[in-house]
Amino acid sequence: MTKKNAAAPLEIHDLTVTYHRQPVLYGVDLIVDPGCLVGVMGPNGAGKSTLIKTIMGMVPPSHGWVKLFGQPFHKAITRVGYVPQRESVDWDFPVSVFDVVMMGRYKRLGLIRRPGKKDRDAVYECLEKLKMADLADRQIGNLSGGQQQRVFLARALAQESDLYFMDEPFAGVDAATELAIIELLRELKDAGKTLFVVHHDVTTARKYFDTLLLLNMRLVDFGPTEKVFTQQNLHKVYGGRLNILTEVATADAQQASEDKLESP
Amino acid sequence: MRSKPRKTNWSLPKVKTKVLSFFVVLFGVLGLGYVSLQGTPMGAQVDRFFSFQDPAVRLAVVACLLLGLNCGLLGAFMVVRRLALVGDTLSHCVLPGVILGFLWGMYKNPWTMFFGAALAGLLGLLCVSWIKRTTTVREDSVLGIILTSFYAVGICLITMIQRLNIEGKAGVDKFLFGQASALSEQDVLLLAIVAILAITFVVLFYKELLVSSFDPDFSRTSGIPVSFLFGALMFLLTFSVVTALQATGAVLVVAMLITPAAAAYLLTDRMHHLLIFASGLGMLSGLLGAFFSFLGSRLPTGPFMVVGAGAIFLLAFLFGPQYGVFPRIWRRYRYRSRIQGENTLKAIYRMLEDTKFEKRKVALEALARFRKQSFAEAVQDVKVLKRKGWAHFEDRSLKVMKLSPEGWHRACQITRNHRLWELYLTFEANYAPDHVHDDAERIEHLLGEEIVKQLEERLNFPNKDPHGKLIPSAKDIEEGLKIYGDDR
Repeated sequence: MTKKNAAAPLEIHDLTVTYHRQPVLYGVDLIVDPGCLVGVMGPNGAGKSTLIKTIMGMVPPSHGWVKLFGQPFHKAITRVGYVPQRESVDWDFPVSVFDVVMMGRYKRLGLIRRPGKKDRDAVYECLEKLKMADLADRQIGNLSGGQQQRVFLARALAQESDLYFMDEPFAGVDAATELAIIELLRELKDAGKTLFVVHHDVTTARKYFDTLLLLNMRLVDFGPTEKVFTQQNLHKVYGGRLNILTEVATADAQQASEDKLESP
Repeated sequence: MRSKPRKTNWSLPKVKTKVLSFFVVLFGVLGLGYVSLQGTPMGAQVDRFFSFQDPAVRLAVVACLLLGLNCGLLGAFMVVRRLALVGDTLSHCVLPGVILGFLWGMYKNPWTMFFGAALAGLLGLLCVSWIKRTTTVREDSVLGIILTSFYAVGICLITMIQRLNIEGKAGVDKFLFGQASALSEQDVLLLAIVAILAITFVVLFYKELLVSSFDPDFSRTSGIPVSFLFGALMFLLTFSVVTALQATGAVLVVAMLITPAAAAYLLTDRMHHLLIFASGLGMLSGLLGAFFSFLGSRLPTGPFMVVGAGAIFLLAFLFGPQYGVFPRIWRRYRYRSRIQGENTLKAIYRMLEDTKFEKRKVALEALARFRKQSFAEAVQDVKVLKRKGWAHFEDRSLKVMKLSPEGWHRACQITRNHRLWELYLTFEANYAPDHVHDDAERIEHLLGEEIVKQLEERLNFPNKDPHGKLIPSAKDIEEGLKIYGDDR
């Protein structure tokens, strides 16, 4: 931790979080390397959102610490971007698509200062990237679920961060948006950014992420997808609750072995 | 693409004339009312109000304007954050504080009452958040409990004071329903201070207030002091409620927080417009309240102000350009009549097509037969076209009609849309040719030039529809328009 640049984007040490004396997360240890596209998976109530909120300083940990780029959150704030769950805001709020994406620039602006032309240009660039420029003047309630998610991602892009936390960006979006999002995530990863993405769909997780984090109050496993995505691990995380998992895992394992046979 | 001009929702010139004519009518009505009141006692009161000579009137009007501004501006944040009930609780909590402030010096000292009220209000809010945090009682119940408890204490204190034999007690009961003419200069000074503070705060921290109201979690991760801003907002809100209390009364002050802002919400979907509209409508309600309470000599101001605000809300609800009831009905009517007209045009086009475009005129008798309707219905339909400038009658007896060049143009467009869409469904979406008509009937009215161009390209510039009929191309339409000028 002597050289700032060499510090990992995310380091968590023995993190425990409790709500009303009930532990939600227990003893999580984690180091994420730069340029990782991490999928965070676990059943409902496993503490996925809590983990992100604790990392970003919204929920105080009862034990342990979090460091981002070797610093506490409030010092690394400009290097960290956030995409909250789509349902967490009121979409009838009187703002336009443009206004929301502009919010991504606020932390670079600092208090009181108004956005200038440079910021507006940056906002339009982000909107273009997500093919939302035509809708810039729309009130956000008049958008489809997929378009709303694109707005949130455009806002995250406007933050120009090195490390992103995204809470279920794939929830309730159409197929075209899902594809656009995963392309964007890969693009960001190739640009050396680190992405920490909460994901619900077991069937696509293996395709989308190069690193997986399995969470169920405790950290069950963390590492390269091919090592973590095993029947045994999934069973550990989800328990017997999802029978389909076994099938998914077997089918995927078969697919993987077939791929290996074909590739050489 | 980069430097797109931000568009407003309204087309300005149109709205301007509408607004202008509205105000002309309004002032006409007011003027008539004023003239008819001349010479009556009420007329004298109206004169006194508008001449602004009476210092008491002046104070009351300025106070009502200021409190409308404060409450509208800050109330807008309550409304968009869905905290209207918190505002309600706050306004009732301040009552015991006001009375205690009075008891402090046994006279109506604006400063002690102000601080007493502010303390009581903030104490109430603290109680709410404390109970909410430490128990499982839900927020709405907590708000209900705190609101009523504090308010009840206030009422008890007022009743006690009225039993006491002290000089300055007159007017303490005014805190329940408000009396603007009882305001002193110091009260107005306090109102003005709060107004300046509120405006400065909102202008300086507009960006931060916007993001922290919309998405508090995101704001926290952006380093925005969410709790500080919320606290400051609550402080200012308490101040504005406390200073408004004498004019509006504790029972109804919350209406001034919510109603103008809610009315503004019906008129716009941009936060900065909403803030401006809410302040403006708040001021208007304040003025109405001051005026009417003055007319009836010493009627309580609060209820009139709130009735004014309610009337404004009702107007916005009924006539708001975007979401109002009547504009919506009007738009639906316009849309239906357009579709009706376009369907008539299409029928006429097909009749002309049957004559190989040899004829230009159409007998209404034939049109009625063609559309399987009565003659009277056909006359009605052509009258609709006439109103839109798409056709005219050739004779007085309404038996023969002819399309205008614009009507001809639109008829070609609609027919082209219809037939292109049928083709598209047949070849691109694999519909059976006998299943495409009904769908095309609906979509033909909605296709714009841009989509039609794309359709044509996609279908490789076809000239026949699935039923073998010719599709008028863009070129045909242009040329047809030229030919159409001469009379055949």
